[in-house]
Amino acid sequence: MNRGPSGWLLYGGLFLALLLMVVPLPAGMDLARPYVLAMLLCYWLLETPDQVGLGTAFLAGLAADLVAGTLLGEQALRLVVLAFLVQRFRPRLRFFPLWQQALAVFALLVNDRLVDQAIHGIAGNGLLPLASWLSPVLGFALWPWLFLLLDGLRLRTRDRSS
Amino acid sequence: MAYPGNPAPRLTDGAGSTLPLLAYLAIATVLMVADLRGGFAAQARVQLSSLAEPVWWLAAAPGRLIDAAGEVFTSRAGLQEDNDRLRRELQVNASRLHRLLAVAEENQRLRELLGGTRGFRLNAQLAGIIDVDLDPSRQRIVLDAGSNQNVRVGQAMIDAGGVLGQVIEVTPRHSTALLLTDPEHAVPVQVARTGLRAIAYGTGRTDMLRLPSIPQSGDIRVGDRLVTSGIGGRFPAGFPVGVVDSVQPDETQLFVVAEARPAARLDRGVEVLLVSNLADGVNAGPELPDPPAPAEQATEPTEASAAEPATANAQAGGEAE
Repeated sequence: MNRGPSGWLLYGGLFLALLLMVVPLPAGMDLARPYVLAMLLCYWLLETPDQVGLGTAFLAGLAADLVAGTLLGEQALRLVVLAFLVQRFRPRLRFFPLWQQALAVFALLVNDRLVDQAIHGIAGNGLLPLASWLSPVLGFALWPWLFLLLDGLRLRTRDRSS
Repeated sequence: MAYPGNPAPRLTDGAGSTLPLLAYLAIATVLMVADLRGGFAAQARVQLSSLAEPVWWLAAAPGRLIDAAGEVFTSRAGLQEDNDRLRRELQVNASRLHRLLAVAEENQRLRELLGGTRGFRLNAQLAGIIDVDLDPSRQRIVLDAGSNQNVRVGQAMIDAGGVLGQVIEVTPRHSTALLLTDPEHAVPVQVARTGLRAIAYGTGRTDMLRLPSIPQSGDIRVGDRLVTSGIGGRFPAGFPVGVVDSVQPDETQLFVVAEARPAARLDRGVEVLLVSNLADGVNAGPELPDPPAPAEQATEPTEASAAEPATANAQAGGEAE
């Protein structure tokens, strides 16, 4: 019974991340909004690869596209790329100390921005605003806390269910 | 204890997972292209957008709560002050409106004399902006009125300042609007002072519009007001669009590029007006007593400011038809 997290924690978290994507922030701040959805997917890919895979990333991305009004398939593509990278480097990423893991996540998020930029360029929308490159930095600062929080929650639900 | 035994399957997983990756990437790419081209994906998106509505509703909830709390805790003095101010404004506006109505009638008569065919009949409707941030690199907002409220794709959106954008997607209870400053947006404009026609493109920045390819001989200066020209039929004529900020020659030195500051308050107003052109003669009888008035009020000053723009308008109208 201690195979994976409860669906509530997993899907509820992803839903919350969708919410966070459109919650109004002060003008200027919204460009640097950390990509919590990607970070959550990252965490679940690292911890429970049996439950979360490319398909989950794709569907989450589609939902995010609908909610955030991006091009249909844009975030799906970005998240699938991210998920693939995490799967590839999972054995190494898992045993990094937390700060090193945060660095890796930072690199993933920067890469995600690059993919985003490429899509924007191809769609003819030009360069992303500079402030949007702050988002991976915020993600980097947020990762350790998110990781500890999710670990705590997961262990607690696991204790209760077993 | 759970970890040993993993490496072998994981290795094959890793080797085999390139194919699904490619498949997903292909699907995503096809979707994006279809969405960009406005094909079936755009249709699907309109259908599926209703799934996103609960998320928007929840995301806007904190804002609503704060608003509600603010209303509850407003002091009586504050309300009184507001009330006084609004009443004064109402009086000033009402008197201004009466004068403008007279001018509008006169203008209509002149227009008939000139043989202009474009009508002034506007259908207007109020819609609230839902307080959610969509993807910041594409400038669009969500409105709380949809096809149930007769919102249609292509309706122009204005606020107290001027043109704000247009409706691009409609679901039963919500609609998405593209702002004037989105890089994909363009609006036909006219310099109010001289009648010079141009097209204002969005730049992706909320405080700037770009008017490329104006002829060197074109009469346009810093400080000129831009209004919609009504060409193309999507935006009703005469709404303020912006004020020219700078005028420079472009790289080829053959044309002039002007930059303008939008007149509408693009940073989070609360309510907008959706207007659409009605074909002349369609709206017979008494309908919508109040809303058309502010719309027409916005229409008038430019049309009435000089005879010159009026003739230019008539020309433009002739060209458009």
